[in-house]
Amino acid sequence: MRPDSHEIYGRRRSRNVGLGLVLAAVVVLTFAVTVVKMTSGHNMEAFDHQQRTSLLPKTDG
Amino acid sequence: MTETVWTSSGTTAHEPKFGDYVELLKPRVMRLVIFTALVGLLAAPVGTHPVIALASILCVAVGAGASGALNMWSDWDIDAVMDRTSRRPIPSGRVERGEALAIGVTLAVFSVVMLALFSNMVAAGLLAFTIFFYAVIYSLWLKRATPQNIVIGGAAGAFPPMIGWAIATGGVSVESVLMFALIFLWTPPHFWALALFRNSDYIRAGVPMLPVTAGTRVTRNQILIYTLLLVPVAVAPAFSGIGGPVYLAGALVLNAMFLAGGLRVWRRNDGDAAADGYRVEKRFFGFSILYLFLHFVLILAEALCRLADLSPAGWPRPF
Repeated sequence: MRPDSHEIYGRRRSRNVGLGLVLAAVVVLTFAVTVVKMTSGHNMEAFDHQQRTSLLPKTDG
Repeated sequence: MTETVWTSSGTTAHEPKFGDYVELLKPRVMRLVIFTALVGLLAAPVGTHPVIALASILCVAVGAGASGALNMWSDWDIDAVMDRTSRRPIPSGRVERGEALAIGVTLAVFSVVMLALFSNMVAAGLLAFTIFFYAVIYSLWLKRATPQNIVIGGAAGAFPPMIGWAIATGGVSVESVLMFALIFLWTPPHFWALALFRNSDYIRAGVPMLPVTAGTRVTRNQILIYTLLLVPVAVAPAFSGIGGPVYLAGALVLNAMFLAGGLRVWRRNDGDAAADGYRVEKRFFGFSILYLFLHFVLILAEALCRLADLSPAGWPRPF
């Protein structure tokens, strides 16, 4: 029996394919959420220890 | 991640399939978590973008899966001696304990961080607390320490609709607390009914479930007490922002049936139960699953009624 025909390779393939699909789904989902957040006007900036007027709450004055 | 061991017979020890890892996440529990979290999200008065909703609910599902993996890591010795759990991935030797811990911790951190990014910090904080509560407070501590394990541990299963509500609203309110209370008070009669007809399993595993420590008479009394406490809490959402006449009608029928079931279990003794193979207890346990599922279906139905503008304007909502 050839070593690479052992059923162990089937199980490994199942793991590799499964994990690959999960990772691809995470990438697609993150991209989709990013597109939705950017197109719906969410503030994409976060505080990074520096004063920025764009992060201050909007006032009428 | 895994090490292959070739044995003399040509087979290998420990080379898990992807499905073994999926099983580690308790997909059946995950389904209920997804459903209740989704209902919490859809019942909220604030709309959520479908993509954000999908991504957030997936985070909650992965968080629930992480809790399941951590539970299997901590309960491996109990699972091995119980009939119901002996075929799980760790006791059956398909997945190593260390792998379950690694997968559980990784997915827990990942799901909380992603939920914070996808929705808000309140939802992520609630998810983090839920995972901590289930994996540490319940699995590692309470389960082996007290017969009240599932009463307190039931809180972990009660959080998902609250998380769903927080994804949509960014906060906690009376409605989400009522959904929490419904699952929280439902858990003891549900699990104690199971413990009655799985008593020998728990004795063998040394888990201090109520029938093991206090006897079946006390357990039957407690099932009735918690059923009586549950009924008003289960009807109360009818008079809140998530309820209405449809919910009230359904909840009244379901709770009358559940109360009748609780009374039947309470009236019996071990002799009756042994004579018919715990038929009444098994039926009560089975109905309890349908009971909870249908309450959330009713909440969903009310949400759809509000969406279609079919909710009566003058409906009393003191909560």
